[in-house]
Amino acid sequence: MRELICIVCPKGCRLRVDEAHGCAVTGNGCPRGAEYGKIELTNPTRVVTSTVRISRAAHPRCPVKTDRPIPRGLIFAAMAALEAVNLTAPVRTGQVVVRDVCGTGANFVATRDL
Amino acid sequence: MYDLIVVGGGPAGLAAACAAWDGGLRRILIVERDRELGGILNQCIHNGFGLHYFKEELTGPEYAGRFVKLLGETGVEVRLDTMVLEVTPERRVHMVGKAAGYRVEEARSVILAMGCRERTRGAIAIPGTRPAGVYTAGAAQRYVNMEGRMPGRRVVILGSGDIGLIMARRMTLEGAQVLACVELMPYSGGLNRNIVQCLHDYGIPLYLSHTVTEIRGRDRLEQVAVAQVDKGRNPIPGTEMVFDCDTLLLSVGLVPENELTRQAGIEIDPRTGGAVVCENMETSLRGVFACGNVAHVHDLVDFVTAESQRAGRAAARYVLDAGAAEGPVLTVRGGDGVTYTVPQRIRPAGVERAAELFFRVNRVCGGSEVLVTSGESQIARFPREHLAPGEMEHIILPRVLLDRAEEEITVSIREVAAT
Repeated sequence: MRELICIVCPKGCRLRVDEAHGCAVTGNGCPRGAEYGKIELTNPTRVVTSTVRISRAAHPRCPVKTDRPIPRGLIFAAMAALEAVNLTAPVRTGQVVVRDVCGTGANFVATRDL
Repeated sequence: MYDLIVVGGGPAGLAAACAAWDGGLRRILIVERDRELGGILNQCIHNGFGLHYFKEELTGPEYAGRFVKLLGETGVEVRLDTMVLEVTPERRVHMVGKAAGYRVEEARSVILAMGCRERTRGAIAIPGTRPAGVYTAGAAQRYVNMEGRMPGRRVVILGSGDIGLIMARRMTLEGAQVLACVELMPYSGGLNRNIVQCLHDYGIPLYLSHTVTEIRGRDRLEQVAVAQVDKGRNPIPGTEMVFDCDTLLLSVGLVPENELTRQAGIEIDPRTGGAVVCENMETSLRGVFACGNVAHVHDLVDFVTAESQRAGRAAARYVLDAGAAEGPVLTVRGGDGVTYTVPQRIRPAGVERAAELFFRVNRVCGGSEVLVTSGESQIARFPREHLAPGEMEHIILPRVLLDRAEEEITVSIREVAAT
């Protein structure tokens, strides 16, 4: 039995995950917590947020995020994939900045208009 | 003459202005000192915003973007790069900006949405030298996320508030080494999820019941000394650890920014550091409302939005209906275990179906009951599995219950199971 704090939302439910019985989750306040508990023990994933260079914009950096969670072990490789990016304004929210990050199928997308 | 002037164009001001527009006001002005709307959300590039309000997980800039778009669909006027200098009790708003110079605008109602500021090294008086490399966490966040500058390479973080935790992860991702997160209290002031995904994920140690006892370095920070503290929060001799670092980030609390509020003579609650407000976020000055972090420091922007919409709707009613319902006023008191409540006053006649009450507890509690009493009688009881000072609580009190209360109601905590 493993005890986890759910990170799906700010509520932070205290989950109990039963590894001996197919990672059955108790203590979750919603179905997303049950899914998180299972994935956290088998293949933990995270949404990665960072920034990339942008020219001719109001700010020198444009914020980005992965459009879905990627395996936790690939976070630093994903960060490295942002190094070479140099956007030019205008950029729209949701615009793809890096496609298929580290072969995960997730894309880095811009998170603001600049 | 404006129907409404909103001071501040962050999440609180945006939500309040949109709600006032929807409530029927047409001459609305937002005054914002920055060059863009969105406030602090623009530098909070991490995700986790909007789960309550939009039912999806957004980053700060995305959350702000949604509201800026909504505002664009209204006829609300915005003045950027403009600083409000004074709000008079007669609701004359003095402001100064490069484009329009010094202006005085009159308004039928005013919403104060100035947000909050970070406590600094000076506020907590850390002993030692005064080298470069000591920043508030939010200042560092702006450098890294908006200006593309790294404040340092070897980092210690004092305070485990959410901004400190978020910056521990952010600095790590950008190649810095975060040596420790040091917290004075025996529990973290941040959300559980941030402890997990910002510290545990990256193996950053959290030292609870510890503090920075000395800052060392001549031109640039070279070392900080950290010691364990006793129950009275005094450093325990012999427990000192020394970290070689070039950067110290402070995440040691936020203070509502209420210079304008005080200047206007509005009553302040020393517990929240914000104005004393009624159920509709009206302050002690009729027609002047306060919402968001200027009223009390929130953990979640979603609650700022909801509270500010309430203020916006109330301002619209105040202007259009020429004043709100009168009647008895209930004083809300924080009883055992409760640090503060917002609102501090409730006028049952002004409550439509139910009043929403926010509060913070003063200690970590396991299974508990939130008790609402008036005089000798209990009027409501809410079970909670877990309570912590870092997590703002809220309860909803139906009008029928409030009608039963007399003069004052008290919110208190009764712990039923140990932590």
